[in-house]
Order: sequence, then C-alpha cells, then structure tokens
Amino acid sequence: MIPVKQKRVLAIASSGGHWVELRRLRPAWKDCQLIYVSTSKSREQELIKEAEEDGTPLPVFYDVVEASRWEKLKLIRQLLQLLIILLKTRPDVIVSTGAACGYFALKIGKTLGARTVWVDSIANAEELSLSGEKVAGCADLWLTQWEHLAESNRKGTLRYEGTVV
Amino acid sequence: MMFLTVGNELPFDRLVKTVDQWCGASKQHTVFGQIGSVGEEGYKPVHFEWEEFLSPQAYQDKCAEAELIIAHAGMGSIITALEVSKPVLIMARLAALEEHRNDHQVATADRFSQRKGVFVAEDEHILIEMLDEKSCRSGNMALEQIEPYAEERLIRTIRNFILS
Repeated sequence: MIPVKQKRVLAIASSGGHWVELRRLRPAWKDCQLIYVSTSKSREQELIKEAEEDGTPLPVFYDVVEASRWEKLKLIRQLLQLLIILLKTRPDVIVSTGAACGYFALKIGKTLGARTVWVDSIANAEELSLSGEKVAGCADLWLTQWEHLAESNRKGTLRYEGTVV
Repeated sequence: MMFLTVGNELPFDRLVKTVDQWCGASKQHTVFGQIGSVGEEGYKPVHFEWEEFLSPQAYQDKCAEAELIIAHAGMGSIITALEVSKPVLIMARLAALEEHRNDHQVATADRFSQRKGVFVAEDEHILIEMLDEKSCRSGNMALEQIEPYAEERLIRTIRNFILS
C-alpha cells in the first residue's frame, strides 16, 4: 500500500457551486499530494489563504478555460488543457463534483490509469446531472447525494454515502 | 446591508428586478448585488450598487458583512450563507421562464426550506412580502454556523477509496 503522503490526488470542479461542494470534501485528501483544478484563476486565492492559516503546504493549482456544453471550441480547449495537466501530474486518484471539466478529467484520467471518484452535485435532486450520467462508465466510485436516485439505479453501481452539507 | 447574488453563471433578471423595485419603494435598505453578466440587454438595477461578478474573497466579505443574503436557489450561494451563518432568502430559477435548463433549483429550494435560516420565496410577490417581513431580515437571528466540511460518512467513503 502506498503511504498517504505519496498518494497524489487531483480534485477538480468548475468555479461556483461545484467548487464549493468539492472543497467541503477536503478532509478526504488530508496529507495527500494535492492538485486542484478549477475554471477560474481566482480560486487559487482561497487555497493560498488556507495554506497560510493552517500552516499546510500550498497545493498545486491549475486553471482551465470555463466552457458550457454549448461552447464546442472552448470544450475542446478545456479538454486539451486537462490532458496536459493530467500527463504532467499523473494523479493516483481524481475526484470531481462536476461539471464538464470534471467529466473530462475522469474520462482522460481513467485511460491514464488513475482511479476515479464522481460526487454528483446535491443540486441534482430529481435526476443526475448530464456529466454525472455520462461519467458512469469511468467512475470507480460513483456517488449521488440523493438516496432515492441511488435506489432507482438499475445496475446498483450508483451509490449514496451522505451529502456535502 | 443585504447581499443579492445570482451565482456564477446566468443572470436572473426576475430576482434582480424585484429586489430593485422593492429597494426603490422601501428606501430604507441598502442592497449590494452580484448580478451576473447582464450584457447590453439584461436588467440593470438603479436603486442599489452592483457588480456582474466578484472575486471569491470579495464574495465572502459581502456575505460576512450582510445581515441577509438574497439569492437564486444555487448550491454555492446557499452553502456559503450557511457557512457564515447568515439568513438566506432564495428564489428558484424556472425552466419555463428560460432562467435555467431545468427546474432543479425548485427541488433544491424545497430541500433547504426546512433548514433554519433558509427562506424560500415561490415567486416575486412572495419575495416582496418576505423582504418586508421583519423576522427574516433581522441581523440578530441566532443561526448555528455549519461545519465547513461534508458529512463524516461521505468524507470517510472517499478517504477510504483514496487510501485503498
């Protein structure tokens, strides 16, 4: 087994609500080698502030372009940026709460041999998010924050293990 | 001061306009709004100061300073309000009005309506009533500050997976 301090974890979410949810999971990767990725450079500020306050090492941070599902060119750019980041950092585990950038990271990461975690946003109470649905095949740990969604999953691979709030 | 936020993505004219009208009519309240990229066409408030977007730090500061947060029913806004233990008044974006691609915010609003300090306005009229209502904009509402972390079970599941 690899010691905690040598586990490399890449945590990724688009800026906004997804990021807020992702950050609430941070005790899960305590003491690991950490790489954060988001769609806004400004997110780095809170990481710097936290590292200073807690006296912990500053995690590596990368930003990629923000892209919605309708912006094809931006999506391609985001995909390429993520490919480079993943090739450079080679994480053991990738964790995402969404949205498109998280889906891409899990998809590419999986082919590079990383193990993957998807936590679908708590905002998706009636059905999984589009990315959450599409990520099914490449999420080793595939979680929803709604019990009834896990129960109605036919294959039983979608799990409920609690919520971010 | 009340802090109005529509989140990181889309503008939400119906909410912004209602708060602006209320602010103009009541004349005794200060509001600061983060109203998204309104562009040329979108509604621009005239009765309060606003920005399209704020840096995460400025956003935090506004939340901490506000006695009431008025927001769309987005997770980021709701969680941030709970983390700084401020009352939050939310109105969901509706797909029928093209305010979002689906009605997931209605479900979010429903879920959080049971939490102390979270108030849900089903529409603009109720929003105005709620804004008028003293209870919900009192600065000394005793709200518990929530932990900055997810539920223990979820964290443990992910940590075990990472370490396995």
